[in-house]
Amino acid sequence: MTPQPESNGTVRLASNGTHPGGHARATKFKLPKITVWRAIFAAIMLSGLYATYLRVFYGLGGSTNLSDKFPWGIWIAFDVMCGVGLAAGGFTLVAIVHIFRIERYKPILRPAILTAFLGYSLVVVGLLYDLGRPDRLWHPLVMWNPHSVMFEVAWCVTLYTTVLFLEFLPVVFEKFGMHKPQEWIHRISVPLMILGVLLSTLHQSSLGTLFLIVPEKLYPLWYTPILPLLFYVSAIAVGLAMTIFESWHSSRAFGRALELPLLASLARVLAVVLSVYLWVRFLDMSHRHVFGLLSQNRIETWLFALEIALMVVPTVLLYQSSIRLRPGALYACAVMVVFGFIANRLNVGTTGLEAGSGTHYIPKWSEVAVTLSIVAAGFAIFRMIAQYFPIFEAHTHEQALAEMEESEEDPVTVG
Amino acid sequence: MSKAILYDSTLCIGCKACEGACAERWGLPYDDKIAAEEKISAHKLTAIETHGDKFSRRLCMNCVQPACASVCPVGALQKTTLGPVVYDADKCMGCRYCMQACPFQVPSYEWSSRLPRMRKCDMCFERQSQGKVTACAEACPVGATKNGDRDALIAEAQQRIAEKPDQYYGKIYGLKEVGGTSVLYLSAVPFEQIGLRTNVPLEPLPETTWRVLELVPDVVSTGSVLLGGIWWITNRRAEVSKKEGKRR
Ligand code: SF4
Ligand code: SF4
Ligand code: SF4
Repeated sequence: MTPQPESNGTVRLASNGTHPGGHARATKFKLPKITVWRAIFAAIMLSGLYATYLRVFYGLGGSTNLSDKFPWGIWIAFDVMCGVGLAAGGFTLVAIVHIFRIERYKPILRPAILTAFLGYSLVVVGLLYDLGRPDRLWHPLVMWNPHSVMFEVAWCVTLYTTVLFLEFLPVVFEKFGMHKPQEWIHRISVPLMILGVLLSTLHQSSLGTLFLIVPEKLYPLWYTPILPLLFYVSAIAVGLAMTIFESWHSSRAFGRALELPLLASLARVLAVVLSVYLWVRFLDMSHRHVFGLLSQNRIETWLFALEIALMVVPTVLLYQSSIRLRPGALYACAVMVVFGFIANRLNVGTTGLEAGSGTHYIPKWSEVAVTLSIVAAGFAIFRMIAQYFPIFEAHTHEQALAEMEESEEDPVTVG
Repeated sequence: MSKAILYDSTLCIGCKACEGACAERWGLPYDDKIAAEEKISAHKLTAIETHGDKFSRRLCMNCVQPACASVCPVGALQKTTLGPVVYDADKCMGCRYCMQACPFQVPSYEWSSRLPRMRKCDMCFERQSQGKVTACAEACPVGATKNGDRDALIAEAQQRIAEKPDQYYGKIYGLKEVGGTSVLYLSAVPFEQIGLRTNVPLEPLPETTWRVLELVPDVVSTGSVLLGGIWWITNRRAEVSKKEGKRR
């Protein structure tokens, strides 16, 4: 749990940044080691493969526990709704660094954009599993229904994935030393980034709007006319939490120095966003007079309590600088936020709908297998790209040092 | 004139002739086993339910402002001026949002098919557009299912209630529910006792999402001005500090 020694981090980081190819080749020869993680990864991918076979040859009926009364399961609630949310760090950091021009967060911008691009690509993969007719994925682009929230989401996700691709392209150009195209991209970068933030605002909130049409089905602890607002704010929060989460993981995986002062100040922002979120939820619930429901001993009450606890605990903890500056504790808080967010989306997308739909839903093993495979693939692809491309910029460390001096956090605790 | 179906539970004898006629119209198999299934599904688009000594009929309500049509991302579902809510299987991408959104849990999916479709009653759109009555109304031996103009059927239902107030629960289901439906119910007992959902809102459901969706142009335009403006300010600040840095 202790951060990497600073000197070690610098050396390895520098070699990784300037000669990523060489560094990668060195690790490549060590690859075929069988570790526990690799075994788990292989098992997940194999089960996912078998589940894919079931999905293709036996349809949704043979691969899911969905029914006429319960048409959406975890492929929507997790793969799509959580996937899009967990990728929200991309637009949040683009806004912070390039629009609000708080440039000291630049070192963690690229990993956030990469996560977002991967996240959205995997959401599309998830959709290919979930759609009854995946071959018609493109239909909303040519057959329009502007009254449909799903139509809006489809367009936003398509456009935003394109934007993310363009935002990521400079990394590729940089790697191959292509300066001309890099200039072109740079010229359109400002409108591109504004477009990205707008599209994200629209579809992150629209995922909440999707459920406004089921007032009689969704349990009142979750159904509220301000679902879009809540989805938007919680997406920003989880985007920040994911940025902390992946910085911590990549610092371990690549032996980089953790940008701790940076992450600690990001954690401040996270604490404030979470507080706003929780307060708005509290106000909304009191206006709708639903606190009485909490005295009922129902599964919804407990799931609601779990979801709120996973948000409240990290919020309180993150207000303390001793927590923010301990990598392990900071990481734990980020993980709690991520799980709180996932709990919320699963509650809105599945469990909160069960009573109103008059049925029970427990995902089939193959649904879980596909979901886990997508997550595992996400981790693996991120790692691969981060190894071959300059994701973690070479100057990160000097910046982090400079950062530390001007940071209001106490640098003594680091290292 | 918009068409509708009036189903009078007090007249229905549970013969299931409507089920058979419906299956025939769609070319679906129908036998004793399927007749015994008391729920609608992808192979049974209308079903007679038994509630004690009362009967009730399930089918797509062909809502006046259908949630299913408003949510379908590809416009595969359309409310026709004639009344029926029709479905175009060639457009459908299988997102199943229509199933999630329908307040009556009507749309069914061909779960085990490799090229699945959504299935639901479309109030015999072709028959009605040729001036014929629906297959179920034609088959019903006792007039429990009647097909005609919505306004005329509402007037008739009100008249039936007025004539025999002791035989009817004095309301018409479908008059106001989710902004009105094209299938109307009469019953001797409160509607929840014959399996109808009475917790549905009276407001048309498409309103709930449209209220938010109609804000999109405002959000986009205001958002671009705001973000562009913030960038313009911060960019100027960055340029100034860069110049100052050089001078120093
Ligand atoms: S009952 Fe359901 S499927 Fe039928 S028109 Fe209304 S919303 Fe659509
Ligand atoms: S399942 Fe088909 S008909 Fe239903 S909303 Fe999706 S695309 Fe439209
Ligand atoms: S045909 Fe008429 S009487 Fe027979 S079950 Fe259908 S509605 Fe009832």
